[in-house]
Amino acid sequence: MKVYLDNAASTKMDKRVVDAMIPFFLEKYAVPSSQFAHTYGLEVKDAVDEARVSFAERLGGKYPEEIIFTSGGTEANNLAIKGVAYANINKGKHLITTQVEHNSVLNSFRRLEEEGFEVSYLPVSKDGIINMDVLTRCIKKETALISVQYGNHETGTVQDIREIAKLSKEKGILFHTDAAIAWPYLPIDAYNWGIDLITLSPHKFYGPKGIGILFIKKGTRIKKVLDGGFNEFNLRPGTENTPAIIGAKKAAEIFSREDVDRILLLKKRLITGIKTTIKDVEYNGLKEHSLPHIANLTFKYIEGEAISLRLDFEGIAVITGSACYSKNLQASYILLAMGKNHEQAHGSIRFSLSKYNTEEEIDYTIQKTGEVVSDLRKLSPLGREDEE
Amino acid sequence: MPVPYTKLVIEHFKHPHNVGEIKNADVKVTEGSPACGDMLTLYLKVDPETHIIKDIKFQSFGCASNIATGSILTDIVKGKKIEEAAKITWKDAVEALGGLPTVKIHCSVLAADALHSAVEIYMEKTGLVKEKKPTTKEIVMSKLSHVVDPLTGIDIVRSGLIKTIHIKDGVLTVILDLPKDHQFAKNIEEEILERLEHLWDVTGVKVIFEG
Repeated sequence: MKVYLDNAASTKMDKRVVDAMIPFFLEKYAVPSSQFAHTYGLEVKDAVDEARVSFAERLGGKYPEEIIFTSGGTEANNLAIKGVAYANINKGKHLITTQVEHNSVLNSFRRLEEEGFEVSYLPVSKDGIINMDVLTRCIKKETALISVQYGNHETGTVQDIREIAKLSKEKGILFHTDAAIAWPYLPIDAYNWGIDLITLSPHKFYGPKGIGILFIKKGTRIKKVLDGGFNEFNLRPGTENTPAIIGAKKAAEIFSREDVDRILLLKKRLITGIKTTIKDVEYNGLKEHSLPHIANLTFKYIEGEAISLRLDFEGIAVITGSACYSKNLQASYILLAMGKNHEQAHGSIRFSLSKYNTEEEIDYTIQKTGEVVSDLRKLSPLGREDEE
Repeated sequence: MPVPYTKLVIEHFKHPHNVGEIKNADVKVTEGSPACGDMLTLYLKVDPETHIIKDIKFQSFGCASNIATGSILTDIVKGKKIEEAAKITWKDAVEALGGLPTVKIHCSVLAADALHSAVEIYMEKTGLVKEKKPTTKEIVMSKLSHVVDPLTGIDIVRSGLIKTIHIKDGVLTVILDLPKDHQFAKNIEEEILERLEHLWDVTGVKVIFEG
């Protein structure tokens, strides 16, 4: 049996999304910015504008021009963070984020630090959430931006972005949230919640790769970070990836709440199944406020790369936070920031589900995980007392 | 298989040879620590007459490369004389496996280190060491640099856990800057004993916790 449980990395595209994109490869291939030259371009521009309206509405925005299409979540995060930092230097050069953000956020901030900005990286609790009092204490007169992810891509832990947005509003600071892995699994309401910038990544919800979305509330001071033409309201140059824009719109349109409910049931089935059949398993992150499709578990006494490789032999795709898996041989900085030790990160496995997974697949995964874990534990010098 | 390993690595990883414990082993030694990533425990049973390795087993808290290297390395040295086993290096193991990805080489080094520690301990225990040097503080420190603090992943010498070492009338006293009820106190004590107890001029080893 083949079971793909790495959907937090990327998902299978919905066939309806592919179908919606095809005409934009074969017939409507003109660029939308040629609207004043010919009707080919105008037709495409209309479709792209519809996509803008659609996303603005879904995110609780008010204007189509609040939606900027980029090459992906990474570029959207770069634009949000660097663009806001550069444009608001007169407010100050202090920025706030957390220790558990995606690399595209963390490394954008690190770049700004090199350029003379000051950045506060908020610590997180053992469950992976930030402390509002600590955030409040970090705020200075010069703070120009707060950027906190909506949900975590490794553990699924969800931050209380409504509270953070409220605080940012009170203090007059711009607030960005990286919702790449969280939306549309969780809802967002930009104006009502007081969020100024939102990053989305359509290939995480059955849409195409090569497209990211940045919501920028009207009136937000931001500078472009890539130099080129005047596309995307002069904020993001480069030829628009129109097939992907249309695909992203379709993916958001057909995304279903029922699917999310079903995925959550499957995740619960997986966790309960594993916990009842395997001893010494730790759940990493918050259980209640968690993304419906991500579960991160540590299997004690054994190593994650060995587990994931063995599961791959059984047709099951997962990833690990173990140092042995990463190219730089560093254990997951997210688990370490949560106060887990190297040993706990060493045996961690991320299961991430999609609407395509079935109960049979989950039951198969529970069974095979049990076999693999028990097999590897037989090799391990640790934890023998518990077995005897 | 789209994984970055040779068929032989996968084979040894899936069905590792010589896995487990040896009761009444002549040598048991642990290299690495869960905190620093990989950890490997090696057991040796050696023929006292011929000094041929009769049995060798390993246990691993490690990745695929660690397990595969443990498997092939124990295969290679089984049946060899202890002096020959001492000459086997991590390169021999990697070569025998048909290569390992560069970032995984350190896993094979760990297994070879465990082998060399085990051979050294056996030779010291049985008096096979050519010149018997008196045990000095420097020798003790160098032996203890293989004992890793499981919390930090750093060896107990480098992390400054060793307060003092006394040697008097063959009795070695190691004083550690660690509370007696520390969660890994027992593990660290065991590993210290593993490394020192057998030394030819040592009649006893005391580990004292003063944290």
